[in-house]
Amino acid sequence: MAKKEYSFYPGCSSQKAASASNYQVSVQTMCDELDIQLNEIPDWNCCSASIGYAGGGELPRLALSARNMALSEQANPNQDIVATCAACWLATKETQERLHGDDALMDETNQALAEAGLKVKGDQNIRHMVEVLIEDFGYDELGKHVKKPLEGMKIAGYVGCQTNRPFGIDGESFENPKYLDKLVETMGADPVANYDKKVSCCGGALAFSEPEKSQALIKDIIEAAYDGGADMIVTPCPVCQMNVEVYQNHINQKYNTKFKMPVVYYSTLMAVAYGKSGKEAGLDGQVIRAKQLEDIAGK
Amino acid sequence: MSNLNTAMVEKYRNDFLKEVEANVEEGDWVKMCMQCGVCSGSCPLGPHWEHPPQELFMMIRAGKRDEVLNSSSMWMCTSCYNCIARCPRGLPITHIMHGLAHYADRLGLAPKEQPTRKFANKFWDNLTKTGRVNELKLGLALYFMNGFGEGIKTALKMKDVGLGMVKTKRMSPMELLGGHKCKDAGGLQKILKKAREIELAKAEKFEG
Repeated sequence: MAKKEYSFYPGCSSQKAASASNYQVSVQTMCDELDIQLNEIPDWNCCSASIGYAGGGELPRLALSARNMALSEQANPNQDIVATCAACWLATKETQERLHGDDALMDETNQALAEAGLKVKGDQNIRHMVEVLIEDFGYDELGKHVKKPLEGMKIAGYVGCQTNRPFGIDGESFENPKYLDKLVETMGADPVANYDKKVSCCGGALAFSEPEKSQALIKDIIEAAYDGGADMIVTPCPVCQMNVEVYQNHINQKYNTKFKMPVVYYSTLMAVAYGKSGKEAGLDGQVIRAKQLEDIAGK
Repeated sequence: MSNLNTAMVEKYRNDFLKEVEANVEEGDWVKMCMQCGVCSGSCPLGPHWEHPPQELFMMIRAGKRDEVLNSSSMWMCTSCYNCIARCPRGLPITHIMHGLAHYADRLGLAPKEQPTRKFANKFWDNLTKTGRVNELKLGLALYFMNGFGEGIKTALKMKDVGLGMVKTKRMSPMELLGGHKCKDAGGLQKILKKAREIELAKAEKFEG
């Protein structure tokens, strides 16, 4: 297959020494293997995620994503914008929808952007990395690169919220999307069937501000994975990954559980299955080590 | 009572629905709610909401202005989008909740101590300073948002989480000394300032 190029919106959490820097490492490794070139949007800014609404009204928030779209149109014309973070993808896509649905908003947004000499059209497709994998490659092609199938591993595909709603992946249902399970299968592992908490919420940003309420949700997500016999959880979302991984000690103390469930990204699984080293797969970024993946990567 | 709030009370008198339609993001959808309650049943933190979404919609139509704008309910929206995906009438409920929270905060009516209100404002301030979120500064601001004493307690309680993140290079103390930023943070701030001006001028003009 010929090299594919995309206009890349990495987002704040993927930066060096940020909470999803390990995600970025594994994504880069996966993209190198698949001959994907990610052209970073120059000087991109934060999308304000789904918690920016307190301080930012509608137009300022739209202007944030519109600035990224305008910079992308300038630097990487004729390419799709691709985000790896669910919130980045959602905020940018929502902005595009609103601007195209309302000429006045488009006009006002451009008035604001003009303050920095920018102009937005908003005509580039805005896609999640998972869409690129499924739609531009497909499971068969993704499977061809597997060198070390993840045999004998049982993995719970935790899709979460914002990669799934309100836009989701084309052809998938909101209540039971199958793509993550299919990706797990393609990498040679065994997906947990009927994973009860597949599309449940981890609390999102409220894991910070309402920790008790959010940890009750997270506990159920992990418990359901254990109930399904999972060795680990896989997710496409940086917030899901962090929330479900890093509070397990606190949950254990509060609920008298013994959770120690690794939570990885789809790209982590793919990098290991593609025969890359633990470091290239970002396994050193696991707060709860994914021992089985380390073993496979070390072979 | 803030000046803006007094002006709005004066302007809309007893028509809170009209006020919401004019000033709240996606507020013109409120009247489309048919009170089925699917949103409330789908909400992950629903049990903690004093007034679930369909109740807020009815209260808006009933003119219960203070009860709605003082409510902590919509601040507990996790942005999971379940309500949007499931609403049979297609109301953008998540966005309306965000819009109500923003409007209440702008008028100075939102509950001051609501933790997500505080955190969300800190998030906005954090990102607009440099154009990118500084996770470490944001985390520390969150720990210390209820004063120094409680901040130390929270920081100690969260020590293991922080250490785990630092050990795996997913957090760095160096972020305190500047950290990631947009090169044209100045340009970004100009854009935001202009956007805010346009928005305020529009609210001013709206006669309903």
